[in-house]
This record gives sequence, structure tokens and C-alpha cells, in this order.
Amino acid sequence: MGSGLDFGWLLTGWRALVEGAGMTLWLTACSTVLGLAISVLGAAARRGRIGWLKATVGVYVEAIRNTPFIVQLFFIYFGLPSLGVNLNPVVAAIVAMTLNVGAYATEIVASGLAAVAVGQREAAEALGLKPRQVFVKVVLPQAMAVIFPALASQVVITMLDSAVVSQISVRELTMRANLIQSQTFRPFETFLIAAAIYLALSIALRRVLNRIAARYLGPGLT
Amino acid sequence: MIEFTLWDILRNLLFAARWTVLLSVVAFIGGTVVGLAVLFARISEHKLWRRAAFGYIELFQGTPLLLQLFLIFFGLPQFGVQIEPWTAAALGLTFYASAYLAEIWRGGVEALPIGQWDAAAALGLRRWQELRLVILPQAFRITLGPTVGFLVQLIKATALASILGFEELVRTADALNNATFQPFRVYGFVAVIYFVLCFPLARFARRLEDKGPVRA
Repeated sequence: MGSGLDFGWLLTGWRALVEGAGMTLWLTACSTVLGLAISVLGAAARRGRIGWLKATVGVYVEAIRNTPFIVQLFFIYFGLPSLGVNLNPVVAAIVAMTLNVGAYATEIVASGLAAVAVGQREAAEALGLKPRQVFVKVVLPQAMAVIFPALASQVVITMLDSAVVSQISVRELTMRANLIQSQTFRPFETFLIAAAIYLALSIALRRVLNRIAARYLGPGLT
Repeated sequence: MIEFTLWDILRNLLFAARWTVLLSVVAFIGGTVVGLAVLFARISEHKLWRRAAFGYIELFQGTPLLLQLFLIFFGLPQFGVQIEPWTAAALGLTFYASAYLAEIWRGGVEALPIGQWDAAAALGLRRWQELRLVILPQAFRITLGPTVGFLVQLIKATALASILGFEELVRTADALNNATFQPFRVYGFVAVIYFVLCFPLARFARRLEDKGPVRA
């Protein structure tokens, strides 16, 4: 096998791959931050007492979780312009990824909130904290500690799924690899290197997230 | 120029949905067979097998499915192996499913109390008999919910076969969109069809999980 492989293109191609990886991480970071914000609000609404809000969040979560990401992406990128909303590829990708993270993370955060004992909230209320303080200072941090592993793997999954946005010509890692192989006619080596970069990124991302968790969240509830 | 009525669009999509379902079923069956092999390696007594299976799972769970499909579909012809979109998709999704299923089932095996192994050994069962008669039936039962849940993920994953040119739901939608210039409607329908396929399964999976581990 070895004789057939050629990695000479890496001499000139590495730059494009690095830029692509940078774009992949940027997309992942944006959608993670925005998606987490959505998920905290979504989870709070889902466990709250406002009926219509609860139902709306439920529909959003189920709609995203039960349709493929590529369909959501195409719907946003190709479909929305017919309603007069034109998005450039990068913005469309971030919107689609954010909505995706938001839905999956809403489920995760909601399960974390459910795992915090009722006594914690009651104790906080007894101390005279306002409802919002109870949520932000007492319940949410404990929930986060419990669900952090699930959230971390969701972030990694989001990074891997972002390969799909190459289909609306966002110049991330997969798109760059595709461009390179169309010039070098070396698809196997090119996609192999790209896959290796994704693998390294997902391992590194998991490490970084675990370190953040250890630093800020402390040991989870057991 | 041919006019596409609403019914034309819907009919074409529903026909294409058959291929989505078929690809999902084939990948699930293939993934089960390969996944069992990976599971056996993952819980083997030999360190080397365990390591290899760990690497296999890490590889497929740590890289995008799209690149796995690209490597098979665009990469293999470089070595003189010609491969159809259907075969590439079925193969790629089989490997992908096998890694996830093996990992799910391993969780089930590890969740069993050590006493189950001890009891099986005390009965004089060989390793293979322990697995077949005692361990695996219980491991499968407690992971039934996540297994069905993964099927939902797999159905959604088949959408990527469209990029290889396999004529399933999304590929057909792309063609219809190009012909009708009604992306909102076309992709909206596609989303609804996926939802109809996935939602009941997801509900079922959740019910299985909520019921909790069934006692063997």
C-alpha cells in the first residue's frame, strides 16, 4: 500500500488545512456559547410554569432532535431567502449549529435541573434569595456540575457535525480538504489527514473542557 | 418546463423515503453484526484486543461521519476499488453504527454487578457461555432504550449519503429544489418526513429508558 501514497501536497496544502481547522473551531465556539445560552433559557422555560412557553420550547427541541442537521442547514440557507431573509454561508452555518446545540443542550440542562434536590431550592428561598438568585446561584451551578460530561460530548459532536456545513461552501476543514483533493487527485491522503486533524481536535477539546470543569465546577454531585 | 404540483413533490419525496428507510435498516443490521465483534474485542480478556477495539471506537466517534464516507467513496477508487454510492454509504454507516452500538452495549456489560460473572463462573460456564447465557442477555436488555435511541441517530445520519449522490430523501429534495425553486416547501416536507420516521422511535426509546432497567 505504502508505495501508492503521496503526501507531498502537504508542503503547500497545510496552510489551507490549518485555516480550515481554525474556521471549524470558530464555528464550534460561536454555536456552543450561543447554544448554551439558549439551552439555559430553554431548560428554565421547560421546567417553568408558563404553559405556552413550555410547549413552544418542547416543539423546538423535538423538531431539531428528530430531523437531520443537513436538512436544517439547507432549510435555513436555501429556504429562508424565499422569505426575504438572506444569510451568508458562515452566518447560516452558525445559526443552524446554534439552533442544533440549543435543542440538544436544552434537554441536557433540563435533566440536570431535575437532578438538583428540591431541598436546595427551598433552603435558598429560606435564606431570602430572590427566585432569580436561587436559579443562577444555587440550582444552575449544581446542575452544571452534574451534566458537564454530557455537555462536553455534545460540544465534540457539534464540532464533528460542522463538517456538513462544507456543503454550503463554508471554508472550514472539510471544505478545504475537498478543495485540495480536487486539485491533487489524492482524495484518500487528503481526507485521511483531515480526519486525523478532527480526531486530534476532538481529543484536545475533550481535555480542555475537562480541565475547565475541574477548575470551575468542582466535583459533581454523586 | 414541467410543472410540479404539490402532490408531485410529495410523491417523489415519499418514494425517496423508502431508500432512507432501507439504508437505515441495512446499516443497523450491518452495524449490529460488526458492533458485536467490536464489543467482544472491547470486553476481551486480552489487553491487545481491548486496545484495538478502543482505538476503533475512538476513531469512528472522533471523526466526522462525512469524512468517513468520503474516505470510502472517494478514497477507495484511488486503490482501484470502484464503489457505488449505495455501497459506500451502506459500508460507511455500518462502521459508524458498529462503533456506537459496541460502546452502548459495553456500558450495559459494565453496569452489571460483578456477582453475575462470579455466579456464571461458579456454575462452571466457559467464557463464551458466560457471555452468551448470562452477561449479554442482561446487557442488551438494560441498553434497549439507548439502542433504539441510536437508531434515530442513524436514520438522520443516512441523510449524508445524499452528498455521495445516493438518491435518498435529501438528494431527491435537492433535485426537486433545483427544478421547482421552492426550497422552503421542499426542505420543509423533507423535515416533516424525517420527523414522522424519528419521533415515534425517539418516544419509544425514551419510554424504554424511563421504565428503567428491566430485571432479568
